[in-house]
Amino acid sequence: MKVNDLLVKDEDESEKGMSLPPGKDRSRGAGWMFPFSLFASLFSKKATFEHGIHPAYHKETGSLPIKRLPFAPRLVVPLSQHIGKPAVCCVNVGQEVLRGQVIATADGFVSLPVHAPATGVVEAIGLMPSANGKMVDAITLRVYQADGQEVRVREPRDVDAMDKKALLAAIQDTGISGLGGATFPAHVKLSVPPETKIDTMVVNGAECEPFLTCDHRIMVERTQDLIRGIRYAMKASGAPRTIIGVEDNKPDAIAAIRAALPADGTITVQALETKYPQGAEDTIIYALLGREIPAGQRPAAIGVLVNNVMTLAYLGRLLPAGEGMVERVLTVAGPAVERPGNYIVPIGTPLRFLLEQVGARSSAKEIILGGPMMGMTISSLDVPVTKGTSGVLAFAEAQLPEVTPQVYACIKCGECLNVCPKFLNPSQLGLLAAKREYEEMAERYNLDRCFECGCCSYVCPSHIPLVQQFRIAKAVNREKTAA
Amino acid sequence: MSMELRTSPHQISERNVPTIMKHVVLSLLPVCAFSVWQYGLSALALLLTITATCLLTERLLNRSAGQASTLGDWSATITGVLLALTLPPSFPLWMGVVAGFVAIAIGKALFGGLGFNVFNPALIGRAFVQAAFPVAITTWVPAFSAQRFSEFVPTTLTAPLMMPPDVVEWVKLQAVDAFTGATPLARWKFENVIASTHDLLTGAVTASAGETSAILILVCGLYLAARKFMDWRIPVAVLASAALTAWLFQLYDPTHYPAPTFVLLSGGLMLGAVYMATDMATSPVTPLGVWIYGAVIGVVTVMIRYFGGLTEGVMYAILLGNALTPFIDLYTQPRVFGTRQQGKNK
Repeated sequence: MKVNDLLVKDEDESEKGMSLPPGKDRSRGAGWMFPFSLFASLFSKKATFEHGIHPAYHKETGSLPIKRLPFAPRLVVPLSQHIGKPAVCCVNVGQEVLRGQVIATADGFVSLPVHAPATGVVEAIGLMPSANGKMVDAITLRVYQADGQEVRVREPRDVDAMDKKALLAAIQDTGISGLGGATFPAHVKLSVPPETKIDTMVVNGAECEPFLTCDHRIMVERTQDLIRGIRYAMKASGAPRTIIGVEDNKPDAIAAIRAALPADGTITVQALETKYPQGAEDTIIYALLGREIPAGQRPAAIGVLVNNVMTLAYLGRLLPAGEGMVERVLTVAGPAVERPGNYIVPIGTPLRFLLEQVGARSSAKEIILGGPMMGMTISSLDVPVTKGTSGVLAFAEAQLPEVTPQVYACIKCGECLNVCPKFLNPSQLGLLAAKREYEEMAERYNLDRCFECGCCSYVCPSHIPLVQQFRIAKAVNREKTAA
Repeated sequence: MSMELRTSPHQISERNVPTIMKHVVLSLLPVCAFSVWQYGLSALALLLTITATCLLTERLLNRSAGQASTLGDWSATITGVLLALTLPPSFPLWMGVVAGFVAIAIGKALFGGLGFNVFNPALIGRAFVQAAFPVAITTWVPAFSAQRFSEFVPTTLTAPLMMPPDVVEWVKLQAVDAFTGATPLARWKFENVIASTHDLLTGAVTASAGETSAILILVCGLYLAARKFMDWRIPVAVLASAALTAWLFQLYDPTHYPAPTFVLLSGGLMLGAVYMATDMATSPVTPLGVWIYGAVIGVVTVMIRYFGGLTEGVMYAILLGNALTPFIDLYTQPRVFGTRQQGKNK
């Protein structure tokens, strides 16, 4: 690793104004054909999936440009921010580190390195609270506040000259995991075994969760990064074509992408119906390609690879620059936040600092990481932002839906069957869960196909906590199989 | 600082059970109003008595079971109103009290309350009184009698546990033209006289308190379906299968069997299809099951009308459909996403 002593200007500012004004895509349907294409569009079915719900979207932050937040005095960087083996710490307490320097190395293939998110000194290495309540190994940095905080360690590369193997290794070096929240290492996903043929890469820009708009802003403001990232990912995975799916409540994102598409036609963008959970792997593939992932298998089984727009935009940004993942864009919103918006936040920023910066009122009672449909609440504000944090939502007490809405017995209205994107029978599953017949749920009613999108709980007029019960059932079943 | 810890989803829709039930009651109000306008005090007294009985029974059973009151979910109100609408307007009030009590106590509470009942409670109540009081439940009085808002039909105020008086003399006094004392279905069955479609649509026929105007019930049902408080597929399936069955019979022997329109509009089919068969707790939840359930009800209704000893078959058809519901659900589980046969993918 080479330490670059030169001051490198942060590129965020230079990218502003890179996005094209909305409405530019008119050029495609222009000319004398336009009235006809408009007429034809009346009859064309919108790309979507079956079932799903239309919750209140609260996407007000979608029009606000991405802003940078200051550095917290201390950053807490967990060693495991991805699915796979945790990284191995390679610094000592008291050691000075530069922003972008590797502070923990990848432990094998299914693992990712961790980079110092700020120039500072290692203050502690040890257990710190994490989002799900567990204590995890983390490196605590004291940030040098007087420092300019440029990325000091970088290794620019000529990506186009790399072969597949070198490319994948370089992707691992960036430390990028699935930034939509899945946190699966990007290079592992892009490593397609030779016997598998990928014919299409689906780029997920649906962002169907209410409140979250960071993917939206990335598509608008970092369109070039995204296209570049897509090209790298196509090269690494061998996918010959790419479809970018974007929900139609983001017309400016669709327009910006359309204007930036390469002329060769290998990358296309497709508007999707605004409906939750349009951005789930199953549903977006079905919406764009009409294919179903066979139950229990990965998208690769039907020749598809799905990547999130944020993941690819960071890939397109970090790979040629040879930088590591030191910060990310995330949405901070919710009724208890005074200045909601999309912010560039250094990895490891404690939520307490983050919420102070955006003016979260002290009345905030419930903090959700991720979106309101699938995100998790946290118990401590000492939890840091990690690579997988796509949003932080704060709700005050008065704004919470009734903490315990009155639960009625299942009246078998069947609404849950009408919204389940997996075509399960949540009504029956709920009745079985109440009787603790968890095995029956798995064996006869496909409990394991449930991916906990929460549509059934959302619509249930009896307010039965269906998904919550299914989680318990799955956990109990897992324990039984393990035992 | 104390934090709320809950698992997702953190956002839920505003729809809840009381809202759904309340809207069903609301949509029934025009039907009730029409019934009162037609039959006057007797119909009003019947509606109020039975609804009050249902509510009281529910509350009493709540208390004896040590539960909180479940009156707030409005389901007992629906049962009461629907039950009253299926009974003849001249039905003695004390028998109405029996019907209401049986509907809630045996039809619902015994099974565990709302959501656990197997059969439509209102129909359980009606089936009980049909067996117990066969004469009273087939005693019809004319609509629009002159004194309907000033006096009760004599049978209405029958003393408890007493047999109701004969109404023939009273009906003669009303001097309503062309009143025969039989429902269109009975007249068809025993006299081979078919009522005009116009009369059936507008309610100018002899019938139960709430079954007279097919068009009114249809409009109220459309409101419920449009607001998504009712599964539109069930009435469509019931009515379509009944019409189809009737049409086939008419093809076979047009001189004996009536036209599908008569079958659809007469008797309690419209009320049954729109308000009884659609009871959420006792109808299937699976998409395919809903159609099968509706189709069974439609066919069985016509079969009972044509070949049974009774003139009307909707009640037993729906109860049979209710009984089949768990079975239908079990065998019509939806096809889980991702289990489509390979090769069928686009």
